[in-house]
Amino acid sequence: MRLRSRFAVRCAKITSFLSKKMNRGSGATLPGYVARRIDPNILKEISGQVRDKILVTMGTNGKTTTNAILCRALEAEGKKVIINRTGANMMNGIISAFVLATDRKSRLDADFACIEVDELAAAGVLPQLSPDCGVLTNISRDQLDRFGEVDITFNKLMAAVASVPEMKLIITCDDILSCSLAQESGNPYVTCGISEQIFDDISRSEIRESIFCRKCGSKLEYDFFHYGQLGIYHCPSCGWERPEPDFSAENITMREDGLYSFDLDGEHIDSTARTPYNIYNTLSAYTALKTAGAGYKKFKEMIESFDYGNNRESVFHIDGAKVQLHLAKNPIGFQQKVSLVLKDPAPKDIIIQINDTLQDGTDISWLWDVDFQYLADSNASSITTAGTRKYDMGLRLKYEDIPCRSTEDMEGTILELAKSGTKNLYVIVNYSGLYRTNHLLAELEKKSEGGSR
Amino acid sequence: MKLTIGHLYPDLLNLYGDRGNIQCFRKRLEWRGIDAEVVPVLSGEKIDFSSLDIVLLGGGSDREQELVCGYLKDIRDDFQNYVEDGGVVLAVCGGYQLLGKYYKTQTKTIEGLSILDITTEWEPQRLVNNIVLNSPLFDTPVVGFENHGGRTYIGNHTPFGKVFFGFGNTGDSGYEGVVYKNVIATYLHGPLLPKNPQVCDYLLERALKRRYGPDAGLEPLPDEMEHRANSYIAGRYSDKKYILKETIKKHT
Repeated sequence: MRLRSRFAVRCAKITSFLSKKMNRGSGATLPGYVARRIDPNILKEISGQVRDKILVTMGTNGKTTTNAILCRALEAEGKKVIINRTGANMMNGIISAFVLATDRKSRLDADFACIEVDELAAAGVLPQLSPDCGVLTNISRDQLDRFGEVDITFNKLMAAVASVPEMKLIITCDDILSCSLAQESGNPYVTCGISEQIFDDISRSEIRESIFCRKCGSKLEYDFFHYGQLGIYHCPSCGWERPEPDFSAENITMREDGLYSFDLDGEHIDSTARTPYNIYNTLSAYTALKTAGAGYKKFKEMIESFDYGNNRESVFHIDGAKVQLHLAKNPIGFQQKVSLVLKDPAPKDIIIQINDTLQDGTDISWLWDVDFQYLADSNASSITTAGTRKYDMGLRLKYEDIPCRSTEDMEGTILELAKSGTKNLYVIVNYSGLYRTNHLLAELEKKSEGGSR
Repeated sequence: MKLTIGHLYPDLLNLYGDRGNIQCFRKRLEWRGIDAEVVPVLSGEKIDFSSLDIVLLGGGSDREQELVCGYLKDIRDDFQNYVEDGGVVLAVCGGYQLLGKYYKTQTKTIEGLSILDITTEWEPQRLVNNIVLNSPLFDTPVVGFENHGGRTYIGNHTPFGKVFFGFGNTGDSGYEGVVYKNVIATYLHGPLLPKNPQVCDYLLERALKRRYGPDAGLEPLPDEMEHRANSYIAGRYSDKKYILKETIKKHT
């Protein structure tokens, strides 16, 4: 390795050490920045040492989960895998992941790399990584303040994918945008999808990207939608249609405990997935593993004990109440949560926290794209809104004639509802509220255990 | 009494929670005991403007806007007569641009309806942030969110409001939107109406008077939550410290 690269790695490690010592954040991105300033080619240099294959995961929803499944599946076969941490999916975060995984001689000991890449960072990252496979989970509207329009996201991803023409794309062909991207990019691609209609109406919201044929501009016809814009489509005028998927999840059923079972490539899987989108994530990951030629032999065993939670869906027990924490950061994700709440017939209390920091997206218009009217039938004895945009959330409910109140005091409200509410509390938060609320609930659970002893 | 709201091309122009504006029109009529009918006009369908009291033209991506302008050509004359006759229109973002003469994007020029004497030109730097306006039509500020690549030049038209915080029509003109007869055309979504019930009621009242005569009016509604949502944004951007903090965060 060149001296310059070794020096870059050394400096990055010192930065990481110092930023941890000084308690300045988790040190997930700054080391990457330092390394890149010293050696602009550092990512190419180090990722080139991965012995077998590099897999990247891109897309609006499901990147983190899909990437985690890939990593676990490869590890289950005894492979050594490099993975970037949640959220560290821009250039600097990715460089940090590689650099900090090297040994004292700046050498990397890894068979595979599983890297989650942000849509906007992809154009810079992909040419450096030269991945063997790229999973594209789906393309839909997310943080429009950051991305502008979904077409802009599409064009950026297209440019990124086309810059590495050898990379095999793994796409969900039920998503018309992913499918057009694969077909237009010129890259080799493998498709996966779900052909049977299985999901309930409530999971499907009215917003849909691109229901117009990207080839001829006519209105597409859908046999049915799964959720969001995912579905079985064809163009009545030019004949363009959803391709038959190479891999699909079939005979999907929900077990009594609310978990999904399905058949995948001749194997029956009793998954721990609670939501339709996690079936898609599992399917995409499996397809990628088959395409990469590794990690699929022990897939059933691994996935049946896989924790889809990622801390994003956690259950706490506070003062004898069951408290569930859920993350919902964009309309499609939120629609799924509404659907989840409705599947529970028991009386419940609901807290919805909406923040508008840069991480969350400063534009909260998307709240109006979620079908909140269904919450009127959710058997909720109370709904409380919180967060910086609690009044906007309150208005969203008011304009569906759903009564709610707003609070500044999350902790007080949780304690009050845990003590004297329905003992069944749902806390739904968007991104920036997740870690603090998770921490708060964990603390409250500890305290409540201590008190009852 | 009953008002009919025509939602133009929701299948093409459905960005940014336009549904919030529809829902706001509908509920604020229903809460006052006035019937509301929302008629979605899908692309390619015919429109009978005489049956409509309010027209909502929402936002779409550049690609979709181009598809829309094909359909708009067929209804251009009817739409213009409706506007000149005092018909109420709320045009947001893409809809605002389409009311003008043209929208020149990076690659092509999309011809508009030419109902307003305005033009829009695309620039690579998108104007994205919360926005606060002071409009001479109202005592309280109008707040929303803007997200547009187009710069709209409004010529001799009356702007909707003066920019207190944010970018507005061009980023440096200091003004936002256009008011013409009973048309409000603006970049503000967020969506516009729920947080600005004064704007909603202004449009509803004009539509009612046009249909039912000058005596028709609106009862006040308890708008506490609306005012809180509005003051939260207006207050935030009256705070210089907050603005400084936000600017620093954005650029690091």
